[in-house]
Amino acid sequence: MNFFLLSLLKLGLVAFVFLTALAYLQWIERKVIAHVQVRVGPNRVGPHGLLQPLVDTIKLLTKEDLVPSYVNRFFYLLAPVLSVSTALVSIAVIPFGPEIEIFGIRTYMQLTDLNIGVLVLLAASGLGVYGVALAGWSSNNKYALLGGLRASAQMISYELPLALAIATPLLLYNTLSLRGIVEAQQGYFFGFLARWGVFSLFGLLFIAFIIFLICAFAETNRIPFDLPEAENELVAGFHTEYSSMKFAAFFMAEYANMVNICCLATHLFLGGWLPPFPAAYGSQYIPALVFAAGGALCLFHGTVNLYRARDKYTLPAFGVVFLLIAGLHLAPPLMPVLVPLFWFLAKTGFLLFVYIWVRATLPRFRYDQLMHFAWGWMFPVSIVNLFAVGLLVALFF
Amino acid sequence: MLDAALFSLFAFIAIACGIVMVTQKHPIASALSLIGVMGSLAILYLLLGAAFIAAAQLIVYAGAIMVLFLFVIMLLNAGQEPPARRTSLLAKLLGIPLLIVLTGALSFVVMLAFGHGTVVKFGTGTPGSAEDVGRALFTTYLLPFEITSVLVLIAILGAVVLARKEMD
Repeated sequence: MNFFLLSLLKLGLVAFVFLTALAYLQWIERKVIAHVQVRVGPNRVGPHGLLQPLVDTIKLLTKEDLVPSYVNRFFYLLAPVLSVSTALVSIAVIPFGPEIEIFGIRTYMQLTDLNIGVLVLLAASGLGVYGVALAGWSSNNKYALLGGLRASAQMISYELPLALAIATPLLLYNTLSLRGIVEAQQGYFFGFLARWGVFSLFGLLFIAFIIFLICAFAETNRIPFDLPEAENELVAGFHTEYSSMKFAAFFMAEYANMVNICCLATHLFLGGWLPPFPAAYGSQYIPALVFAAGGALCLFHGTVNLYRARDKYTLPAFGVVFLLIAGLHLAPPLMPVLVPLFWFLAKTGFLLFVYIWVRATLPRFRYDQLMHFAWGWMFPVSIVNLFAVGLLVALFF
Repeated sequence: MLDAALFSLFAFIAIACGIVMVTQKHPIASALSLIGVMGSLAILYLLLGAAFIAAAQLIVYAGAIMVLFLFVIMLLNAGQEPPARRTSLLAKLLGIPLLIVLTGALSFVVMLAFGHGTVVKFGTGTPGSAEDVGRALFTTYLLPFEITSVLVLIAILGAVVLARKEMD
């Protein structure tokens, strides 16, 4: 198959899965927060509210598309486009797995491998600020303007420690290509402990990982750093004046940024698609085991140990689907594709869960605390950490 | 063929954005046109194979520096400038022909000086990879590099000292 057709096929697949995942990430977030706060969450549309993202999309699409008077029309319309396009472009450089072979075609589970993959992600997140800042400014609204100002100041401040935290593991891996970074983490310490970033260099990279995660929260404007849209101070912050699909574009950009930065964290620090322990100890059967356990649990609660009458059909159906997925993870021709993908998605999914977990747990920072935290703590710590790692790499590698 | 087309496209965008930047009345529109110039320059670097320099251009200039510009403009809430006073007839009569002469003379000099060089082939080699830039910065250009960073530091400290009034 020629290169062009194959790329088009991969592009369609990745775009479809990514956009669907963004819609469902919001459902997952609502569900998880609801359960943390001892509520039920969305459960009216479809089994367990599973069709909620679909109706939300229809609602946003059919809502009146309002452009307030006295806005700066050109920039008002440009801002959401800028925001969502810079957020969506990053997925193009992120690899989801190693080189694979399906039906005799060898290809990489990645849209494109650039020598500067990490920098592309940084550039896209840096340009994403403009969408938020312009939205705040062009809305001609004091709350929106304050939100936009806060967003630009906050993202500049946190981009510095973020970039330093990204540079720290790069000293060890010696490459800027995301695939190269994962390949540099192959192998095991003492034969069983994975040679991932977080376990390397006596835990110094673990500090970089924590710094990266904190800055990632600030870069994506999420709680506890969601000052640009602080509801109880600024109505809705920079997107106060936006409605319909323009509002949805900002929403989509926020979730896409979350997914991208979690993928980057997975590749830089958690070994990408590599399993946590060697295949000799059976790590390639873990995915099937996880899905089989989930399926068995669903079947048990759907048939024998039934809580609610309406789960009588949905839970067994989910159980069967999970068991089928478990079977797919055991099929020999699919294993080299699905098992790395499982590890990659599991790590990224866990980081996304941490995002939601933190949102359900922590209150918001005050603005001066936010700035002092960035310049007084994160920046010095990340510089010292970078120097320490540089020294160790120079001495021992 | 494709690279020549891309070069013409982005060179045109860069020049158009530059002209818009100067002629726009609104500071935010000017700042955004400057971002357009820098973005197109980054793509021109990319066409030459200098991927790292292109990314650095995007991150540092288009990403960090211009966000600060935009931030300051938004913070000061600088509005649309009042339309300029009528320019004198003499300025138009003399200025436009002189501008054309200057452009012509400049391009003539450039053609004389560099007209015999080889044509740059796009996509051949990677002259600006991260390794090359790093090696150049830390060997050949180490002293200028360090002096520049100290100068920047002095400038920042000077700005802070000047901006701080007798508050404490």
